[in-house]
Amino acid sequence: MEMFYVTNNTASAVAIADIPVVDYVALYNDLKERMNDPRYHVGHYFATEVENGLRFYMILLDDQTGEVLITSFVPDYYAEGLASLTAVHQQFHPFEREIFELYGVPFDNHPWLKPLRFSHDRRDKTSTMDSYPFYVIEGEELHEVNVGPIHAGIIEPGAFRFICDGEQVLHLEIALGYQHRGVESEMIRNGNRLRQTLIAESIAGDTAVGHTTAYAELVEKLAGKDIGDDLKRERLVAIELERIAMHLADTGALATDIGFQLYQVACEALRTVTINTTQAWCGNRFGKSLIRPLGSNFPLTEAKIETIRTNMADVRRRYNEVREDILEAQTLLARFEQCGLVSKDEMQRIGGVGQVARASGLKRDLRATHPSGFYAEEFSHEPILRTDGDVMSRLATRMDEVLQSIDYIHQVLANYKPSTTIEAPDYDASLMPEALSFSLVEGWRGEICHVALTDKEGAIAKYKVKDPSVHNWLGLAIAVRSEGISDFPINNKSFNLSYCGHDL
Amino acid sequence: MIFGKFKILHSHGWQYIPNLDNVTLTEEFRGFPLLTVTDDKSDIERAAAICPTKAITTSPLTLDMGKCLFCGECQRCAPKNIRFTNEHRLAATRREDLVVMAGQTKPCFTKDAVRPEIAKYFGQTLQLREVSAGGDASVEMELNATGNVNFDFGRYGVGFTASPRHADGLVLTGPISANMAEALDICYNSIAEPKILVVCGSEAISGGLYADSPAIDRTFLDKYHVDLWLPGAPTHPLCFIDGITKLRK
Ligand code: SF4
Repeated sequence: MEMFYVTNNTASAVAIADIPVVDYVALYNDLKERMNDPRYHVGHYFATEVENGLRFYMILLDDQTGEVLITSFVPDYYAEGLASLTAVHQQFHPFEREIFELYGVPFDNHPWLKPLRFSHDRRDKTSTMDSYPFYVIEGEELHEVNVGPIHAGIIEPGAFRFICDGEQVLHLEIALGYQHRGVESEMIRNGNRLRQTLIAESIAGDTAVGHTTAYAELVEKLAGKDIGDDLKRERLVAIELERIAMHLADTGALATDIGFQLYQVACEALRTVTINTTQAWCGNRFGKSLIRPLGSNFPLTEAKIETIRTNMADVRRRYNEVREDILEAQTLLARFEQCGLVSKDEMQRIGGVGQVARASGLKRDLRATHPSGFYAEEFSHEPILRTDGDVMSRLATRMDEVLQSIDYIHQVLANYKPSTTIEAPDYDASLMPEALSFSLVEGWRGEICHVALTDKEGAIAKYKVKDPSVHNWLGLAIAVRSEGISDFPINNKSFNLSYCGHDL
Repeated sequence: MIFGKFKILHSHGWQYIPNLDNVTLTEEFRGFPLLTVTDDKSDIERAAAICPTKAITTSPLTLDMGKCLFCGECQRCAPKNIRFTNEHRLAATRREDLVVMAGQTKPCFTKDAVRPEIAKYFGQTLQLREVSAGGDASVEMELNATGNVNFDFGRYGVGFTASPRHADGLVLTGPISANMAEALDICYNSIAEPKILVVCGSEAISGGLYADSPAIDRTFLDKYHVDLWLPGAPTHPLCFIDGITKLRK
């Protein structure tokens, strides 16, 4: 029997019956070897309750061929226990931790089998936010700094514990879960797909377009319908606008943290122009209401196309002035260069994704490796890479991506006339029964992966969400090791990870 | 190098909005809804059925802005019954004032419900501590934006502060995740009296999409008096600015 069902990111949903059920030991041995090759990484890995136990599903991505490998297994884990994949390939750690937290599955030799988010349906209710087992190092010269869950700014909560030797950080551990709202269980509370769409918009409000695109593509695969080039094109514009807006916000935020007010205010104003452009398109500055399954309520009009073009040309010109000045600003470079290093190998090891991975030279970009939507049409995307893996690289990647995204918008809107083919959204299309559908979307933070399983009637019975932050939080913890604790804020901003997207 | 900075400044120009009371948002913005009763109830019944937060009642016809996420879908189902205007001044001092009735032409801000000491103590300056308890980051970013170079709410003495000990009140965002409930309570109780409580965003006001989720714990709102309710998903910065301004007058 084959180990995997092989598909890709544009194929339709997969019949559950077609997904192999393999022997865990065989899979473990396969992955132990296979994952040494950097072309592979884990996209999702979760368990779900079946008649007499749990069935585990795993989705692997092959960056070289664009293939997506799906497999499953139904172990008698109480009898045998499961050998931990994390012990050999650390990128599996959040997934095994989640399965452990939800179902009590013990993973033998997992080096860090701690709760992931204290979800309401966790198995061990005596394990609470307050009892998070922080790592401890004994030593008379060491001290701990505890930050959170409430932070100094207007920002989401999370608990950070630093172990420091003087000013130097030896270790940072990040305990999350404060933002847990029950996204995945609310997704299947009832079959109202407008409600599901709005939940997708709220997974991470700063990635409303990204996550809702993932939801919409997943549903469209289950419906077995092609949405047409025009809608794909408009969705590309929407998600690139979101990327531009957030990269502008982060450029400004990094400047704020070193007291560089000129760049801060310039970027604030440019972000305002960008999100107001989205607002002029759909009525919401974050693009909520813009992405809908199988259609759109806001097909672009002549006037809106013109607004987007004009505003983006203006943002490009002004942002480029900021960018050029940043590249020469010694006081900024002195803080950002060689600070918060994460090597390419390290990124690869932890399964890092998105622009922070690209800043370390790791080419993880679904728009290039696993394109869907308009990226899979006659469109070629070349990811922007840096090799230093420091705060400056993460900023520089962002800066170049802003310009690239604006160019993409101009490219796809050149000669574009208001569409006559875009339909109204459809919340009632019938979905393929007993199927697995996944979507992979490159949001501004990186790889978003949603997975759904449908029941006999074609209703979504299981919904799993992965925000790129799930992979990348560990990257931040690694970046600050051996840095001064006062450099934590710039490192944090250079990652800008999602709490709610992680906690769900 | 210095030339580059002049170039940035020159392109930047003047960004602040001179009169914050005088802004009209884009036509597409969905703010205060106008409701009209029709004999044929089929459209509005469909709208009420699809509304993901059950914000609409059909008899009598009402729309609860504290539950509404302003997705606009109900207007598409029942265009004769519901029309969202671009009015962003949605603040209310009483929870019930967020329930819009048929024929109502503007939002209802009940000045009588404002505690008199608010203007007395916070009319000059007001420093707030924000707590996100399951907020999705969009409301939080909009609150940050109130102090940015465009809105610059700081010019009226209003800002956000890190320590609750320095704060005159708390701004709550998010449906209140159970995992944050205790930290929220501790933070609120760390703020010295007199203080205000502002609930920002429809998810905070009603729980929104998560109202029935077992992962949230809204007992905080049963315990304390709320001075200002600000709907939206997220609340627009100008809605926040308008509400706080009215509260302090
Ligand atoms: S706009 Fe508000 S009331 Fe209408 S359907 Fe959406 S959430 Fe419900």
